Amino acid sequence: MKRNAYITMGALTAVALVLVACGGAATVEVEVTRVVEVTSAAPAATSQVQVQVQVVTPGERMQTIKDRGNLICGVHGTFQGFGYVEADGSYTGFDVEFCKAWAAAIFGDATKVEYRSLTAKERFTALQTGEVDVLSRNSTWTLTRDVDLALTFGPTTFYDGQAMMVRKDLPATEETTLKDLEGANICVQTGTTTELNLTDQMKAAGAEYTPVVFEDNDAAFAAYDEGRCDAITSDRSQLATLRVAKMKNPDDHVILSVVMSKEPLAPAVLQGDDRLADVVHWTVYGMIQAEELGITSQNVDSFLTSADPVVKRLLGVEGEMGAKLGLSNDFIYQVIKQVGNYGEAYDRNLGPDTPYQLARGQNDLWTNGGLMYAPPIR
Amino acid sequence: MLAAWLVYLILRPALTWVFTQAEWQVIVTNFRLFMRGQYPDEAVWRLWVGIYFLALVMGMSWGVWGQAARTFAALFGAAALLFVLLPFSLNARLNWVGVLITLVAAMLLARNRAALKPWVILGWVILLPLTIVLTAGAAWLPFLSPVAPRLWGGLLLTLMLTIIGNTLALPLGILLALGRRSSLPAIKSFCIGYIELWRGVPLVTVLFMAQIMLPLFLPAEIRVDPVVRVIIGLTLFEAAYQAENVRGGLQAMPRGQFEAAYALGLNGVLTMLFIILPQALRLVIPALLNSFISLFKDTTLVAIVGLFDLLLIGKTTLAQPDFLGKYREVYAFLFVVYWAFSMMFSYASQRLEKTLGVGTR
Repeated sequence: MKRNAYITMGALTAVALVLVACGGAATVEVEVTRVVEVTSAAPAATSQVQVQVQVVTPGERMQTIKDRGNLICGVHGTFQGFGYVEADGSYTGFDVEFCKAWAAAIFGDATKVEYRSLTAKERFTALQTGEVDVLSRNSTWTLTRDVDLALTFGPTTFYDGQAMMVRKDLPATEETTLKDLEGANICVQTGTTTELNLTDQMKAAGAEYTPVVFEDNDAAFAAYDEGRCDAITSDRSQLATLRVAKMKNPDDHVILSVVMSKEPLAPAVLQGDDRLADVVHWTVYGMIQAEELGITSQNVDSFLTSADPVVKRLLGVEGEMGAKLGLSNDFIYQVIKQVGNYGEAYDRNLGPDTPYQLARGQNDLWTNGGLMYAPPIR
Repeated sequence: MLAAWLVYLILRPALTWVFTQAEWQVIVTNFRLFMRGQYPDEAVWRLWVGIYFLALVMGMSWGVWGQAARTFAALFGAAALLFVLLPFSLNARLNWVGVLITLVAAMLLARNRAALKPWVILGWVILLPLTIVLTAGAAWLPFLSPVAPRLWGGLLLTLMLTIIGNTLALPLGILLALGRRSSLPAIKSFCIGYIELWRGVPLVTVLFMAQIMLPLFLPAEIRVDPVVRVIIGLTLFEAAYQAENVRGGLQAMPRGQFEAAYALGLNGVLTMLFIILPQALRLVIPALLNSFISLFKDTTLVAIVGLFDLLLIGKTTLAQPDFLGKYREVYAFLFVVYWAFSMMFSYASQRLEKTLGVGTR
């Protein structure tokens, strides 16, 4: 009998556990409602929103970040050139530079970032659940993601696009066109938009080819390196970095200048975090503008005495630009001083001094024929 | 003879590569990352305290129990000696010398002093909690400022996940196993439901739930560290498997054991605690340690939710510009580390069985 009593105790504990679990389930609904509310914040005027649901104000997330004292940035953990961990344990990479820049803008200290390494599958969910404040993890800006996932994408930080890499002894140079690849075997990852693009573009160029398809990109690269295909197609950033990482002789290969698709990589925040989105935008614009004006982390102090009103406003010597965003007026000065301008960030991670030597191309300033153009800061 | 020749044929190119062609700089440079990930430098002394404590307890066990603990201590000592000889920083090597000295000193100190036995057992009991407190720290502890578990990485994270996960899962598993054999339908069905539910989902799903869904269930102000979430997921998952292992042991107990205990006047709880469970657990040691090793290897799955365990650290070192394309070196190193630890656990399990006479009496 006593044994039964002992077991009854266990049963009670179990029931309590179940009840706790049910309590948890009740919270779920509340939370889901909140998320739905966030997503429907824009058309709220027309739809009947329940009264008790708390409406997220634009500055709320910004205040949370300031109270917390650091910015939580979702990044790639293992992508060469864009986001990875250095031997001393610090995060490095092109995407990571922007996390540092936002922290410098918000706190005046580029080190106040908490990085969260995210995989492709969990990156947007992490943003939606509030795990990260901002996502800077080479994600393509598309309408579906913007709308269905209720995100606000920032300015494009890197114009990527599908490209083609071929052996130099084909023979080929950067100027080789798709038409010249008539009859080639082309390695491609199957079941991706990359494969569809290849079909479309080759058809448009009027060139016959033989696709050699692989389940994953690694296998495709290995096969190309072994000479099973004449060319391989993937995103330009992938080709440029994996060429160095995977090819036995990187110099034997050339990436054609032809652009086969548009893949604008941009940071993202949750829709409704409008103030944070503003900061994300204007920090990047500030970095682009600084490059255009020739302001670098090395010479930024000498520009503080500049008479040019554009420079004065940019660096916060004149005007109340920072205050309008809820930041200190010299926020872009801090960004440039601690992180650098757009070009510096690019060169440090992908430029001529790195193994990738990725040409600026579309990522050059508009004054140099690229697409990087910042709206005026005034 | 033929077999030896074949092994030689296979091994020769591998060994040639290991000693002449491979560039091990990627491992040497990133050794810190492989061992402890982003764990801050200024807190590393705490990990050393944990290792010293382990050496102390192990040395004393060797002294007190002699034969049974000797092999473990010797293995530990051999590993320490290896670390002294490898080209790590002077600081680390001096520390390993210190660990070796502690091990031997503790052995000599405790030799033939049976009175120390309860203390040594206490030492083993507090080893894990102490290590966790040292590693994680807490705001209210002097000298131990908190280190967020998300900064744990590499081998440290892998071992923490394995050991904490298993240690928490075993008691939970025992309770579930007892519950499943209960005569009360509510408990029985709850336990069966729990076990079958968790055994019916892949670990990857559990990890995704822990990483992605759990934050949705919790209020926005409460932020649980991702590593803690994964430990909770691993524990709940592993408990279901351990429960089935323990149940196997319980079922193997002959009815006579219960009847004899009742005849002696023991009640249900005492019978379970002192008669049935000790024998049942002894019977299933191979299965329990099997689960342990299996979880050790399963921890590599946390890489897909972005935690820097040993495997993901390996991948991130491959993204460093200096070490692009050093796949073979990194994965060979990871192979050796995982293999060495799995072998160690497996060997420990064999020794434990021998000492307790599993299968022989």
